[in-house]
Amino acid sequence: MLHSVTLRYIKAGDWLTLSLGSICVLLLTLKLWSGDLADKAIIRSGGKIFREATLSRDQQIEVPGPLGISVIVIRQRKVRIASDPGPRQYCVRQGWLEQAGEIALCLPNQVSVELVGNTKRYDSLNY
Amino acid sequence: MNTRILRLNTTTQDHHIAHMAAVALGLTVLENAIPSPLPGVKPGLANIVTLIVLARYGWRTAAWVSLLRVFAGSLLFGNFLTPGFFLGLSGAVCSLAILAVAQHLPNRWFGPVSHSIYAAFAHIGGQMLVVYWWLIPHAGIVYLIPIFAAAALLFGTVNGLIAARFMNHAAAFQEYSVEKNDAHC
Repeated sequence: MLHSVTLRYIKAGDWLTLSLGSICVLLLTLKLWSGDLADKAIIRSGGKIFREATLSRDQQIEVPGPLGISVIVIRQRKVRIASDPGPRQYCVRQGWLEQAGEIALCLPNQVSVELVGNTKRYDSLNY
Repeated sequence: MNTRILRLNTTTQDHHIAHMAAVALGLTVLENAIPSPLPGVKPGLANIVTLIVLARYGWRTAAWVSLLRVFAGSLLFGNFLTPGFFLGLSGAVCSLAILAVAQHLPNRWFGPVSHSIYAAFAHIGGQMLVVYWWLIPHAGIVYLIPIFAAAALLFGTVNGLIAARFMNHAAAFQEYSVEKNDAHC
């Protein structure tokens, strides 16, 4: 009975809408539930883990290194190194990190921040 | 003593809109009695009325009915100007905006089911924006989006089917009564 109802009232374009909607839901699920989203930042100083910070709370973390203090800012589930005493400022210019697996290194000050999600994916850094 | 009678001049169209908004309100009350597994996941039965009004009387009337239902509903449940009210309002406004476009889809291929699904997605989208920008900024709300989207698709389809079925029946009934009247004459 349900079958006849659906067949009668769903027109050709409605099937198109339905498929588009399903694809949308599917893509959203894959994108948001695949574990690609980072949920914490691992901050290292001198090769040792200095702190693991959750991304759900906005905060500013000051990490001491041999040259001075690197400032790491967490805002809106993204992380960046706001300031660093290093000479070339590569890690500062890298900007915001938001995907799991992204990493910013301040070599001179031996500070790094890495984003991790639920699952650790392999890349050239940890392979 | 001086008594003044304040009289609002209402047209039959006003009465009509009020009538349909009242039906929508009734469905909202009914829906609030249904327990929901997750706050925010609701069938949105009142939208069936909006869909029917849209198909029969056009977008302006549908907008009136939908917004009246949101305002009157919030007064009824005592959440006027609370976050819940703004969630409902943003959902309704976004749905109406999408419906303003979707109603121009060719009638031959697109029916209430399409309108309903687009409106349901717009509804959840509008609510998500309010949640994200105002209520719980940058929270883990993104993890719930797939659930909301799936619910929008499901309930959108079901509401659209109900609306289509209702209109079909009403049309058949009208034809039937016309035929009957003809027979009488």
